[in-house]
Amino acid sequence: MSDNKNKETAGSGFIYHMELFLERYKLPVSAVCALVLLAVPFMGFSQYIMRILIMIGVYTMLGMGLNILTGYVGQLSLGHAGFFGIGAYTGALLMLRLGVNFVFAAIVGACLAALCGLLLGLPTLRLKGTYLAIVTLGFGEIARMVFMNWAPVTNGTLGLKNIPRPSFFGFDLTLANHGLYYLMLVLVALVTVSCLAIIRSKTGRSFIAIKEDEIAATMMGIQITRSKVLAFVISAFITGLAGSFYAPLVGFIDPNSFTFDVSSLIISIVILGGMGTIRGMFLGAVVLIIFPEVSRFLMDYRFVVYGIILVVMMRFRPQGVLGWKSQMPYKLPRLAREELAKQS
Amino acid sequence: MAYALIAVGYSLVFGILRLINFSHGSVYAFGAHIALLFVGFQFGVIPAVLLSIVFTGLLGVAIDKTALAPLRKKNSIPIAALITTIGISNIIQNLLMIFFGSEKKAFPAFFDFGMVNLGIAKVNSTQIVMCVVSLILLAALMLLVNKTKIGLAMRATEQNAKAASLMGINVNFVIGFTFFLGGASAAIAGSLISGYYQIVYPGMGFMAGLKAFAAAVLGGIGSLPGSVLGGLVVGVSESLAATFLGSTYRDSMAFIILIIVLIFKPTGFFGKKTITKV
Repeated sequence: MSDNKNKETAGSGFIYHMELFLERYKLPVSAVCALVLLAVPFMGFSQYIMRILIMIGVYTMLGMGLNILTGYVGQLSLGHAGFFGIGAYTGALLMLRLGVNFVFAAIVGACLAALCGLLLGLPTLRLKGTYLAIVTLGFGEIARMVFMNWAPVTNGTLGLKNIPRPSFFGFDLTLANHGLYYLMLVLVALVTVSCLAIIRSKTGRSFIAIKEDEIAATMMGIQITRSKVLAFVISAFITGLAGSFYAPLVGFIDPNSFTFDVSSLIISIVILGGMGTIRGMFLGAVVLIIFPEVSRFLMDYRFVVYGIILVVMMRFRPQGVLGWKSQMPYKLPRLAREELAKQS
Repeated sequence: MAYALIAVGYSLVFGILRLINFSHGSVYAFGAHIALLFVGFQFGVIPAVLLSIVFTGLLGVAIDKTALAPLRKKNSIPIAALITTIGISNIIQNLLMIFFGSEKKAFPAFFDFGMVNLGIAKVNSTQIVMCVVSLILLAALMLLVNKTKIGLAMRATEQNAKAASLMGINVNFVIGFTFFLGGASAAIAGSLISGYYQIVYPGMGFMAGLKAFAAAVLGGIGSLPGSVLGGLVVGVSESLAATFLGSTYRDSMAFIILIIVLIFKPTGFFGKKTITKV
């Protein structure tokens, strides 16, 4: 039946042609994209532009982290800046005080963020919709208060300075030698692949089922609270990972790097790109990170425009810029296709 | 008590739309700024506050009509409306910054009559005025919601918007009116609180808004006496925290209480049992 429906909607519109094109030339297109991304450092951009590119990578990761929760499970979190901060502070402190390697620091930072996600998620994910939004909002603020007031560890409002760059085998990765850029590419690729893997797995399907209809999902034997907490933990983990990469990138963090504005920026990325899509996160991050930079001529008005974007998006295209439903016919698994081919 | 005044606005809108109005903090800042503007025009304090109430109420209606009504018409997901209010909050706050400047401005202490001796303790008269005005406002709102025809319409819309519209209630008008009330109460809160602290700045609404929101949830969101009680609890616990834990943890008190309350009694003190646990 779904096949029939697909045939009716298929074959019309720009999006369909684009998807068809991508489907047919999947390999060359992705190869070209990968080559361009790898070759960017050799195109002679200034450090300023490289820095923006890396920030786009960081926010793409943040977007994907929130997307797992908001896009797929349908739970809004307004406190992701808190997880971002926990990851950043943990990573930075480990590297500063104990001189730990970046990889280890990042893993610990992400795990700690995930642990906080678990502790916050267990009691609160039983609450619904708006209440969850409030609790996470409060969590974000509390996390910031702790960064600000736990002075012996976090150095209070002064923040942490001189966070060492990540280094591998005695080779420092910096902006100048493009090491940070490639590290960003690796991390983004890792996060993207794991997000795709999660969403295409049984767990991911259960996430989407919860978003569509909780009661029906329960009927299908999905443990709702467990799935929600799991999504929350994964989301916090990715966000924490992005945080522990962000800290050595900028070299300086203070409690004001993790305000509610950051949370709302992450949400805007998810909304603008398209909730429940991976591709949307890239577009959202690109647009929302570049926009403040290129719109300096707007002066103070750019934040007004930023608000207007949110409002207008919600009004006319709540599913996001890239949030279309795939119009390609449903692709059966390989074994089923072979079976069909044998029959006909 | 300061939070109670703002919390009432949250409760009004949430009660009717089941929507957290994140723009309320900015609306409150807007009210304070408009009052300041008219005070600057030498209108006298009372007319300035009244004008501010009218304008801020109209702003509330405008927010509803331009941004939220179309979303309701399209039956979009609740998250959409929530994000819209965040966007509006952004717009208002930054426009205020552009037109009034982001610095802190002095606000006249227009109801300061010196200290009042109550026998056991000396109390600042501003605090008494604030307390009295909040109680009057609350009483007026309760009367409006419980005794008048429009209040009946509001309660009907709250219970079931579709059924209410079948009974001949103009639901969109009722919602617009609720937003007007929310805006008006925010303006009163804005003028009173800035009269107390004697400073006004565009970012003032953010923290106050969040805490007021915590207060509203604490008391049971959608319930008016609840939001006043919640405001009191938040205010008192903040002062206690400032005394015993050090002033640095002051701002997080509201949220800690909020999380504890939500875990044990998600409906708040006076909330109706609408929330479903999964």
